Amino acid sequence: MSMPEVKPLEERPLDKRPVVIEMKGLNKWYDKFHVLKDIDIQVRQGEKVVICGPSGSGKSTMIRTINRLEEHQTGHLIVDGTEMTDDVKNIELIRREVGMVFQQFNLFPHLSILDNVTIAPIWVRKMPRKQAEEIAMTYLERVGISEQARKFPGQLSGGQQQRVAIARALTMQPKIMLFDEPTSALDPEMIKEVLDVMRELADQGMTMMCVTHEMGFAREVADTMVFMDQGQIVEYAGCNDFFNNPREERCKAFLDQILNH
Amino acid sequence: MSFQVIEDRHPPVTKTGVLGWIRSNLLFPWYNFVLTLVSSWIIWSIGKPFIQWAVIDAYFGTKSEVCSTTSGACWAFIRDMWPVFMVGVYPEDLRWRPLIGLVIVLALVALTCIKQFRSTRWLRFLWLLSPVAVFLSIGGSETLGIEVVSTDYWGGLMLTLVLSAVAMIFAFPLSVLLALGRTSNLPVIRATCVAWIELIRGVPLITILFMASVVLPLFLPAGTELDKVLRAMVGITMFFSAYLAENIRGGLQGLEAGQYEAADALGMSYWQKTLLIILPQALRIVIPPMVNNFIGILKDTSLVGIVGLVDLLQIAFATTSSPEWFGLLEEAYVFIAFWYWVLCYSLSRYSQHLENKMDTGR
Repeated sequence: MSMPEVKPLEERPLDKRPVVIEMKGLNKWYDKFHVLKDIDIQVRQGEKVVICGPSGSGKSTMIRTINRLEEHQTGHLIVDGTEMTDDVKNIELIRREVGMVFQQFNLFPHLSILDNVTIAPIWVRKMPRKQAEEIAMTYLERVGISEQARKFPGQLSGGQQQRVAIARALTMQPKIMLFDEPTSALDPEMIKEVLDVMRELADQGMTMMCVTHEMGFAREVADTMVFMDQGQIVEYAGCNDFFNNPREERCKAFLDQILNH
Repeated sequence: MSFQVIEDRHPPVTKTGVLGWIRSNLLFPWYNFVLTLVSSWIIWSIGKPFIQWAVIDAYFGTKSEVCSTTSGACWAFIRDMWPVFMVGVYPEDLRWRPLIGLVIVLALVALTCIKQFRSTRWLRFLWLLSPVAVFLSIGGSETLGIEVVSTDYWGGLMLTLVLSAVAMIFAFPLSVLLALGRTSNLPVIRATCVAWIELIRGVPLITILFMASVVLPLFLPAGTELDKVLRAMVGITMFFSAYLAENIRGGLQGLEAGQYEAADALGMSYWQKTLLIILPQALRIVIPPMVNNFIGILKDTSLVGIVGLVDLLQIAFATTSSPEWFGLLEEAYVFIAFWYWVLCYSLSRYSQHLENKMDTGR
């Protein structure tokens, strides 16, 4: 298999940028089951982090702690300069700045596409409806759905729904975007249209964390790769190092399986 | 070989249309034909005697003396007494007032049916005001100079409608709060709602009506007179709030966790999430069981006879005990059954209409 040239992490100007997500010694348990073990991660502004690993390794749980869809029990999590605690107001403030795209799209089926995209800016950001609709239409155009704005989610294909979900998150104008297996529920023909939108977003400098099995996409877009297994971070490296000379045996085995199946 | 698109063709005539439908649903194969015959015979053998009694042998005149001799129905009774079925012992010279209340509601319904008025603000405002207008027209008000008619004189279909409307209007929001409370994370609120629902659901409506009319006054300071109709309204509302709440909870649990998570991830507060995302979907799911409950409310108001109110059912008993129309129970029953059926069937049709309207092709 031929490897495309990837600039090593060290040459990128990332290190000078501010840290926007920081996890320090983060632990989480479901009842007695230890899902996340001593997680340490730093994400800088504009950095693209791709997280991979076998199912049940805790990668979705990890990304979901960032906007508090999952609670952590010990350790620190600092998002956009604010420490995540039980404070509801803080949580709501951080969630405005962190967009999320889910595996199952989770569009609101009772609202039209346009209402899906504008409801949060109007009610959460208190944006005038007209302005919200203008912004919504520019994002819907960017993901190629502007003609379907009056339709309902049930009338769109999976790939279209996922693109609307991305536009919905973007219309809140977040600083960070989280993707939780955004293409895993899609038919093969539709994966590309969603990845293209994500690629474009990456090019524009969005800070992104993405759980995915799409290694081609990861190699192209990621600055940093994270490999998780059994609730731990096994390998945490620049994209080039990760694909060309992974240090851990467990990671090598996983990459072999996923790249040469 | 190149791929060629085959053009759409019509289906064969014998499989579609009226003929096709009759063929495949009524005649073929042989057992369908037998079933068609058997069920036609059953419908005929029940329907014929009824039509014989209600139409062919019936007396449609106005003389009450004929009633003792005719073998069919004596509709003179209904022709004479129908206003009493409608409003009970409401003062005869003021019967136009409940009629005005009815006209107000029907006018609003008609306006709502017109598309360009449907979602206008002033129409919603009028709907909000309508209960007050109806109460003023039926009950009157001293301060406004409208002659007061005490609830002791309210009765018949009017009382049935007022009781069910009040119960529906108040039980619905109460039950939404109870359902939200029961699914809440706050232990005290949850426990209170569970206790309310389980206590009230565990007791028959009759018991609650008795408690409301007999036991409740014991707790109130001596001399406070609670209106009988009001007590029944409170009892029925409490009772159905518990049932409705359980239905609505079913709808809340029918939603995927992803809907809650998506709303959370967008930074919505609890009330934004509940009012904009969760309830609209949950309530749509529970339209059928909710309307089932509403139909239940409408019919169960007939139990208020037990605490001395004269609703539609009690009118049937009262009028057929009068010397002039003694014992004409069949006619009275058929007449009130007709009214209950019209109301319940309208509710059911309305619910189907709502379901279709709110179907966004999930």
